[in-house]
Amino acid sequence: MSKHPHDEWSQVLFRQFKDAGVDLFTYIPDAGNARLAELAEEDNETRLVLLTTEEEGVAMAAGADLVGKKSVLMMQSSGVGNCPNYLSFSKGGNFPCLMMVSMRGDYGEQNPWQYPMGQAVDKILEAMGVMVFRVDRRDELEAASQAAINAAFRNNQGAALILTQKFLGAKAF
Amino acid sequence: MTMIRSEVLKSLIPVISDQFVVCNIGLPSQELHLLDDQPTNFYMLGTMGLSSSIGLGLALAQKQTIIAIDGDGSVLTNLGTLPTIGNNVADNYILLIIDNGSYGSTGDQPTYAGKKTSLTKVAEACGCDNVIECKAEDTAQVMKDAIASKKMTVIVCKCESGNIPVPNITMDQVVIRDRFMKALEAANA
Repeated sequence: MSKHPHDEWSQVLFRQFKDAGVDLFTYIPDAGNARLAELAEEDNETRLVLLTTEEEGVAMAAGADLVGKKSVLMMQSSGVGNCPNYLSFSKGGNFPCLMMVSMRGDYGEQNPWQYPMGQAVDKILEAMGVMVFRVDRRDELEAASQAAINAAFRNNQGAALILTQKFLGAKAF
Repeated sequence: MTMIRSEVLKSLIPVISDQFVVCNIGLPSQELHLLDDQPTNFYMLGTMGLSSSIGLGLALAQKQTIIAIDGDGSVLTNLGTLPTIGNNVADNYILLIIDNGSYGSTGDQPTYAGKKTSLTKVAEACGCDNVIECKAEDTAQVMKDAIASKKMTVIVCKCESGNIPVPNITMDQVVIRDRFMKALEAANA
């Protein structure tokens, strides 16, 4: 296949997740998680599950945890708005929930409709007890993702790795 | 069957140009805006999954025919919309699901509707009465008949995935709302 624009860091992140023992990748497709999803599908030891709505993934993460499996839930920032009630389940039951959120509605966004949700992402996650680990620059990626992985799986915590549009590049539409 | 969504929309313009249309998030709205911008079009540029519900709310609240254009991925993300539509019959409501089996606006990743899930059967099982699955090239005629029938209809148009380059819609959300409201108010006067 042709080289994906997000190939380099997606490879790094996939390796980090895998080394941390993550073998279930659940997702709603977004440009920001497209390459990572491909890697999870291609790898024989990881399983990729397409969700129909983001909050399904919060529950699947808990289901996997009940048998000691680790997962990561990947979504666009819009999807964070679908999750709060389900995140109350993770928080109440001390379930880990590792999330990877690719942002819309922040740095350089061109679609005004995306701003209200984009600007509410951190506040919503924090309100639901999910720790936020932000990546604005490539050199922040490994440390932030490791911090999120540790928070999720060593502390049974909601932890969201936020890939900002400063890092991803703003979508042209 | 070689039509993509923008071609289906193009074929629909003569039929829906003077109709009230709520159009799904992202590229479908941008395509409709490019092909035939009308004050009677309510474009969505965010909040995936709400087109069918906005359309139902509109249809239940007044008498003009409302066409909600949705996508397979968007219906899948708000699947609860189908029982609500099926059980709250509004004969001035037409839901057109343009089912290209993919999440077009994020890069054409496949949806379950392009795999084992039939939205036609789901809609029927949810209690929707007039559910018509059609080929892309027949959509305009099916839409014309549905408008004439004055019966609530769900059309599932099977087409190919693929996108065309389209400009952004620069209109503010509040402007889109305002001009749509005025057009609808005038029609209902």
